[in-house]
Amino acid sequence: MIGIIDYDMGNVGSIKKMLQKIGVEAVITRDPELLKSADKLILPGVGAFAKGMQNLAQLNLINILNELVLEKKTPVLGICLGMQLLTTHSEEGNVNGFNWIKAHTIRFPEKGIRIPHMGWNNIKVSNDNILFNGLETDNRFYFVHSYYVQPENILHEASSTEYILPFSSAIYKNNIYGVQFHPEKSHRFGLKLLKNFVSLNTL
Amino acid sequence: MMIPRIIPVLLLSNKGLVKTHKFKNPIYVGDPINAVKIFNDKEVDEIILLDIEASKQNKEPDYKYIEEIASESFMPFAYGGGIKNIEQVQQLFRLGAEKVIFNTSLILNNHLLREAADFCGNQSVVASIDVKKSLLGGYEVYSHIKKKITGIKPAELAKQAVASGAGEIMITSVDNDGIMQGYDLKLIEFITSFVNIPVIACGGAGNLKHLREGIQQGNASAAAAGSMFVFHGKHKAVLINYPTRKDIIEIFN
Repeated sequence: MIGIIDYDMGNVGSIKKMLQKIGVEAVITRDPELLKSADKLILPGVGAFAKGMQNLAQLNLINILNELVLEKKTPVLGICLGMQLLTTHSEEGNVNGFNWIKAHTIRFPEKGIRIPHMGWNNIKVSNDNILFNGLETDNRFYFVHSYYVQPENILHEASSTEYILPFSSAIYKNNIYGVQFHPEKSHRFGLKLLKNFVSLNTL
Repeated sequence: MMIPRIIPVLLLSNKGLVKTHKFKNPIYVGDPINAVKIFNDKEVDEIILLDIEASKQNKEPDYKYIEEIASESFMPFAYGGGIKNIEQVQQLFRLGAEKVIFNTSLILNNHLLREAADFCGNQSVVASIDVKKSLLGGYEVYSHIKKKITGIKPAELAKQAVASGAGEIMITSVDNDGIMQGYDLKLIEFITSFVNIPVIACGGAGNLKHLREGIQQGNASAAAAGSMFVFHGKHKAVLINYPTRKDIIEIFN
């Protein structure tokens, strides 16, 4: 069962719908016991970084998630804001994240190009990664974000995308994965990625 | 490479898919769920669904129907029509909508936009502004409920929408709606020069060249159309269609 973490940060229905299409059971929950029994976790989220961390703290989910991800090694996929929360720190509100992957969340520079980066863009795989198994080079994914993630160790970059500057559109480290785009809104490309994630072997 | 978004706009009226002409004479063009399925198979960039009767009839969004539609769309899906409070916004997100669109409530008051933006982030809030030329030729915001112009200046309302937390503005020309002769580029350009958030051009597109004009001359971030994606040929036979990825890339290169 896939646990989709419910912490009041926007749209989660569409992730569940795509998982249903793939044929895996998923629950949207904030119940620690249910999260503990999940084979894999998805940390979704749209909105402000500070509010995301604040909601997780108020729901007493931070310690449980640290335990599940760092000790139990439950695979986790952060999507959009969920990816940014995996990082050490964000410029948005000057707040610390989970620090599961040493990385920084930075605002796009003002260069006369409209922010947010909203729409479909291509990704280039940087370090071979199970998430992108079978991905076509002629791919496209749906993005909406004003901040981007910069990992300290470039080996933790799973893919890169160009908008204003080249940035890490996906990161990974051990059982921890993050994607800046929305696989649940990205047609067959996103479907394939979520399929790859749910079929990861768990030990 | 970033290709601008090309967005079909579907008008919902009493569970049927309709298409209007200058915001009048809605004609039935088919079953919305079937249309969304076809658009999903065609891998469209995004889809906008507007219930044009909900506010008029003072009805809530039709959740069951929206859920059915959302479960067929693995692309960004924006819904507008009859949204009056934050609980309804939350319900729409639970059902799988990616964005909510405000039109009537934007004219009436805008604290709902602020509440929605606080809940789901600015990027999920779209302010839809319908614009009609007044008799003197100036642009005014049009109310589809009252079926008349309101005296409000579109640029003022756009600025107000941005201040209230809108992440995107959809600007629709009432005069060009259903005409398929191109966008009102003067209007689109005027609005895009006024706000720094993405603008969706709507009203009047009939072919790929028009979509390109909306982006390149109007400076819109996305090009939306209704008739173009539901009608085919000079006799306007109903046929759900969408350009191929190759055609889209070609037109913007």
